[in-house]
Amino acid sequence: MDDVAAWFLWLYKTTGIKLTIFYDPYDRNRFVVGFFTTLKLSAYCLVLSVVLGAFAAWLAGSRVAAVRRVVDGFVQLFRNTPPLVQLYFFYFAVGPVLPKVDGAPILGSFGWAVVSLTLLETAFAAEIFRAGIEAVPRATIEAAQALGYSRAQIYRKVVLPLAIRVTMPAMNNNLVNLVKTTTLAYAIAVPELVYMSAQVWSEQVNVPEMMVVLLICYVAIVGIINQLMQWLEARLRVPGFGQ
Amino acid sequence: MSHSAASISELLSPRAGIALAALLVASLVVAQIPPAAPKLSVLELLWKWTPLLAEGFVFNLLISFCAMAVGTVAGVLMGFARISLHAPVRGTSWVVVQFFRNAPWLVLLFFVMFLMPFEVRVRGATIPFPDWVKATLGLALPIMANVAEILRGAVQSIPTAQWEAARSLAFSRRQTLWKIILPQCVKRMLPPWMNWYAILTMATTLASIVGVSEVMTITNRITNAEGRTDLLIPIYLYVLLAFFVYCYPIARWTRRLEARYAER
Repeated sequence: MDDVAAWFLWLYKTTGIKLTIFYDPYDRNRFVVGFFTTLKLSAYCLVLSVVLGAFAAWLAGSRVAAVRRVVDGFVQLFRNTPPLVQLYFFYFAVGPVLPKVDGAPILGSFGWAVVSLTLLETAFAAEIFRAGIEAVPRATIEAAQALGYSRAQIYRKVVLPLAIRVTMPAMNNNLVNLVKTTTLAYAIAVPELVYMSAQVWSEQVNVPEMMVVLLICYVAIVGIINQLMQWLEARLRVPGFGQ
Repeated sequence: MSHSAASISELLSPRAGIALAALLVASLVVAQIPPAAPKLSVLELLWKWTPLLAEGFVFNLLISFCAMAVGTVAGVLMGFARISLHAPVRGTSWVVVQFFRNAPWLVLLFFVMFLMPFEVRVRGATIPFPDWVKATLGLALPIMANVAEILRGAVQSIPTAQWEAARSLAFSRRQTLWKIILPQCVKRMLPPWMNWYAILTMATTLASIVGVSEVMTITNRITNAEGRTDLLIPIYLYVLLAFFVYCYPIARWTRRLEARYAER
């Protein structure tokens, strides 16, 4: 670690390439905090949106027309309006209206970022799951019905496990988009990667260097996600189903 | 499932927009309840600021048109590089496309805003780059990468037999591409291209973060100037509704084209 720091200090002194995040403990700490905040934000939104998305897709197949319409309206609303305006709406408009607990707002900027991005991703996940559900052969469902499974059981034990496998590539895409969308949280001062990097570059005046680091970080995160999802896809593969 | 999910036409109903409008009206009604005597009602405030907001929204649309035009031209060129027979060209363009597809839009926007000069001197003439032009170029970069992928995907979706048939009729590669392959690609490229246009239009609000005075910046200025907490929810809903009214028909039209092409 010291060697790395020494090398980057040497790099700065000889070439002027100023990467303070590698040798200045304060800047390094800020950058690490930003990195993990981005990961945490992505993870929360991913888990919540997959669960809610599966639920919404289930509701979209409901027998009650009103339920289908509500789900449809929700999906269309969040897909066809700018994510940044949604975030502002929740943080600046809905946030102040909510009652306070012990004088403090219920949710901080991180909390609102989770809410806003989760709803956005739920809308996308619901569509993806629905496409996956539609790809499950009718005969499979009829077989489950013949065996006396209830609607909820069929969904949980037959349809969903198969649908998840079909939707893997689309979900991968969605997850990549989610990580990219977390950068919007910068706008409401969530201390994520872009925000922390902006703090560093406005103090150290090393915009080009930080910009390159930032881009490398995101491209690396996306690359790792792609690899993990490919591995998962291979692990979950069911012979004779999908491609 | 016996009660299958909603069909496409049902799925793409304008109900969401109606719901959004209803929400706006409801928020207005709620905001109206304490009618403070000298102050304007929220409805009057919205009406008062509508011309300014509309101006901002039109600016967003202008940015979206320009970014789409630049991104499409650059993307088509990049798409040709992606299907080039020359391996180094193909490899380089692959790297460029992957990079701009995987980088977050906001980071690309910062990248262009900070690292592009605000003016360029060419033989004594100064060409200025105002903020909005830089933002447009920043937004055009991911569009370029995605259009390149759309073109490549469309070219690959044409059966190999057509290439072979053209070759047996002594068409050159260029002739085959221009006279046989690309005319068929245009139709296949249209739905995803429109989809990216809708995404781009929604992304133009990012320009507010880097200091371009588009609709989001104006909205924030209005809320600061008025200092009315009861205005907050209605005005953000108003902006959301504006985007919805513009983007939703595009999404619907895209779906219809997709469905129509899929049938054939």
